Amino acid sequence: MFNTLEMQIIDILTEDARISPPQIAIMTGSDEDTVREAIRHLEESRVLVKYAAVINWERTDREWVQAVIEVRVQPQRDRGFEAIAARIYQFEEVKSLYLMSGAYDLMVMVEAPTLKQLASFVSSKLSTLESVTGTATHFMLKTYKYGGVVFTGEHSDKRLVVSP
Amino acid sequence: MIDYNQKVNPAIAAVPPSGIRKFFDIVSEMPEAISLGVGEPDFVTPWNIRDAAIQSLEDGLTQYTSNWGRVQLRHLIAQYMHTRFTVRYDPKQEILVTVGASEGIDLALRALVCPGEEVLVPEPSYVSYAPGVIFAGGTPVPVQTTFKEEFRLSPAALRAAITPRTKALILPYPNNPTGAMMRRQDLEALADVLRDTGVMVISDEIYAELTYGGHTHICFASLPGMWERTITLNGFSKSFAMTGWRMGYACGPKDVLALMCKIHQYTIMCAPMQGQIAAEKALSQGLESDFAEVRAMMASYDRRRRLMVDAFTRMGLQCFEPLGAFYVFPSIQKTGLSSQAFCERLLRAEQVACVPGDAFGACGEGHIRCCYATALEKLQEALRRIERFLGTL
Repeated sequence: MFNTLEMQIIDILTEDARISPPQIAIMTGSDEDTVREAIRHLEESRVLVKYAAVINWERTDREWVQAVIEVRVQPQRDRGFEAIAARIYQFEEVKSLYLMSGAYDLMVMVEAPTLKQLASFVSSKLSTLESVTGTATHFMLKTYKYGGVVFTGEHSDKRLVVSP
Repeated sequence: MIDYNQKVNPAIAAVPPSGIRKFFDIVSEMPEAISLGVGEPDFVTPWNIRDAAIQSLEDGLTQYTSNWGRVQLRHLIAQYMHTRFTVRYDPKQEILVTVGASEGIDLALRALVCPGEEVLVPEPSYVSYAPGVIFAGGTPVPVQTTFKEEFRLSPAALRAAITPRTKALILPYPNNPTGAMMRRQDLEALADVLRDTGVMVISDEIYAELTYGGHTHICFASLPGMWERTITLNGFSKSFAMTGWRMGYACGPKDVLALMCKIHQYTIMCAPMQGQIAAEKALSQGLESDFAEVRAMMASYDRRRRLMVDAFTRMGLQCFEPLGAFYVFPSIQKTGLSSQAFCERLLRAEQVACVPGDAFGACGEGHIRCCYATALEKLQEALRRIERFLGTL
């Protein structure tokens, strides 16, 4: 169970992970030690997992290939999808991995420097796993929105600059 | 050549333009400036409210509505006023849907005020009240509120301002620009003063949903004996982030509302259909979800509010804790600058726009209005710049 302060901290850090414990203390009307303790509890509980920036790679010079791969697998007796999932998320190319409902079982999001390397990952690493019965690879062409942030166009404040 | 000075109504010509106009013109030329000068939420209207309006267009709902507003909407307003503020209004004859609460102010003043009558306007307050009184043919009488009393209207100040010519009191709480709110005991003290008088009350409660620190807004009409003399004005702009829709409403005794509706009927006809449908969605889903979306917006404002108060206090600019709306109103007196000069120099030096306090009445001098309905990182940057600016004075 997480208390109100902890839930508020999650809200605040989701918006901006750089906000410091003293600032959070001011914003929530708590004292700094209580905030630090709450953050420690959230980290230990693996609720706060990592503090990372949201990057729009398309605005950088980095050439990179991203793909979503639908994977159908044969679940294993007693272990279901856990073992094969663990096998797949070990690959460094895999950035995210989800168990899905519907027409396939796992959704794998992968990144590689070149198309060739990504193709090689699918054909030599992923498809060859014993439980994998089929894959379908979709290349990502453009990011419109990621992590709640719109990447395309100018997202400017549309309000009048001064109003009564 | 026509001399238009001879043609126009001198009473209207004599009303000064809004004090924020000059500022608007300067800031508009500075696209990089961070503006704390806005008077509206930084949220966009929640999607399902917008979607309801889009759907209504697809359904071909493009007609006039009843002068009073759609009956469905008036029923929802009645339910809302009762659920949130324990006041009862008959949707048939005691609720009028208006084009923003602004139209409600104008209608109430025109329905009540006769030439030569006085209307008490606590200041600092929203810029439209005094001009509205003049347009209605009345005389605005400013009633000062003070920093010391956290800009609440005191019963003593109210009593001192009432004369035989006083027709009405405008009650602008939670307050723009100060963020002041009136607690129950504050309102009861005013009610005690008003009880033996014939003074009517125009209570502008547009910020009713935006209160902090565990305080909830008390609707003035809910106090014993006050319903009969109060026109309550409210709307969707601030609580549901719907400023551009221009949707408001007035609630009050049917004999006054009938007159207000008469003016509305002959001048406006009705509030726009799409706005009314969007407002219905805002209220119906709000009532179903206990206003979850409003509370989420409030939680976000509250954090920024605390950050602002703390920052100004640390900079040495005295700032009482605002318990309503989304403004802080720090004192800049110690800088020795007028609020106009402070804001203009801050804008030119650091490209941060605040609104001079005197735009909201003479007693707002020595203060600036800063709106915290702006993205957190922008607020933090603005505060850094204000601090740097103070260092140069």
